[in-house]
Formats: sequence, structure tokens, C-alpha cells
Amino acid sequence: MSAKAHLTIDRIRCDGHGLCAELLPELVRLDDWGYPIIAPGPIPDHLVAHAQNAMTACPVLALALKRAEKPDDGRNPRHR
Amino acid sequence: MLWYTTRGAGAVSLVLLTAVVALGILSSLRFEAKGWPRFLTAGLHRNLALVTLVFLGLHIVTAVVDPYTNLGWASAIVPFSSYYRTFWLGLGTIAAELVAAIGITSLARRFIGPRAWKVVHGLAYAAWPIGVVHGLGTGTDAWSAWFFALTCACIASVGFAVVYRVLSISPDRLTDPRAAFRAAVDRRPKP
Repeated sequence: MSAKAHLTIDRIRCDGHGLCAELLPELVRLDDWGYPIIAPGPIPDHLVAHAQNAMTACPVLALALKRAEKPDDGRNPRHR
Repeated sequence: MLWYTTRGAGAVSLVLLTAVVALGILSSLRFEAKGWPRFLTAGLHRNLALVTLVFLGLHIVTAVVDPYTNLGWASAIVPFSSYYRTFWLGLGTIAAELVAAIGITSLARRFIGPRAWKVVHGLAYAAWPIGVVHGLGTGTDAWSAWFFALTCACIASVGFAVVYRVLSISPDRLTDPRAAFRAAVDRRPKP
């Protein structure tokens, strides 16, 4: 996984379990309703393993690592 | 020796399976407390489940190869096919197969998608009680005080978790529209 990978969130699947923010606080924080807000830009090398952890932990598979040409705009990746 | 291993591994499987089911219910409730973040519930659920599969495998293999009962491999796969305690042992076969299905679909979750995974995962609510009844029905130790107390403690734990979960379901008027919307999204052709 290169540093080009981005963290994406499937807003429709996300149920706000909040595990991603617990496991990857460097890149994910929660809004007032418990849904994740993801830091823009590629995942730094030293956080890639943690990002994969968070992705695996998501109970509803809403979190994904994507190699994106453009930074994630926060929308559902399936809509592109 | 094998028979003792079978019994021991069976009891350990019962305790582990109970813990896994209770933790799974806690996950869905988004349980958290000071010093117990949510990822701890999920991580324990996952890792204890994998340990359970090991002990369940040990329980089954030692039971089958034990020369005294001479069960044969078929009885580990086909329910109610063993001459020995046919009904109660068959329940164990069914429970083990349900657990195996839950384990395999969980490991392949990313490939089969969350919906199919969740349907299979719900079988845990069948597998656990079937396993408990199997333990009470066929267990050599079933009516010894320690095993009976253990079973009661297990039933109490899961029973408490289930009641708590049922009580905490809040009526959500948007459940059906949400489900319809999700189905529509999943039907969209992939780009």
C-alpha cells in the first residue's frame, strides 16, 4: 500500500459505530452525531497499518482504503 | 484421555461461545465504559471467536477419534447419523456447522458483502442455544454440579444480553425507507 492510498467512507453503510475514530484518531474524528469526519489527503506512511486496522474493525464495512488519483471529496465512492 | 479432552474442550467451547455471543450483542448495542472502548468489544469478539473455533475443532476431533464411542467422521458432518446418543449428538453437529458457517462468512465478509454476512451471522442466535442443549443432553458431566452451574451462568449471561438488546431497540420510523434506499444503492451497476 503506497502513500497514495486514501481513506474513504461509504456514508450509506456507515452506522456511526465509531471504531474508526477510536483506532485512527489521527485521521478520523466524529461529528456531533457520532459519524466520522475523515482528514483529507493521502494516508501518511506511518499510519497505513493503523488505517488497515480501522478498516478491518468497521462492523459494517463502510471504511475502505482506495488508491485515488484525486483526493477523496468525502462523497460515497460508488457514486463516482 | 481423549474422552477427557473432549469433555474439557466442550466445556471450554461453551464458555467461549457464550462470551463471543454476549460480546457480539454488546457490539451491536455500542456498549462502552470508562476503560472499555468500543473497539475492545469488537476485538475480543473477533479473537475469542477464533479461539472458540480451535476448541470446538478439538472437541469434535477428539470425540470422533476416541475409540470407546467409535463415532466415525460421518456423525461430525451429518446430523443425527450417530448410533451413540443420536439426537443429542446431532444437535452438537448442527450447532458446530452453524458456527462454522458464521466463522467462514465472517472471514470472507469483505467478499460476500455485509448483507449476506449479517444474515448468516444471525444464525448465532440458533447455534448458541442448540449448543447449550447439546451440552445438557449429551454431556457426560451434564448433571454434575459444576457443569450445571456453568451452563446456568452461560444461559444467564446471554439471556441478560438478549433482554437488554431487545429492550434497547428504539422504534425508528425511517427503518423501511432506509432499507429501500440501501437496496437501491446496492442494485446500482458498478462503474
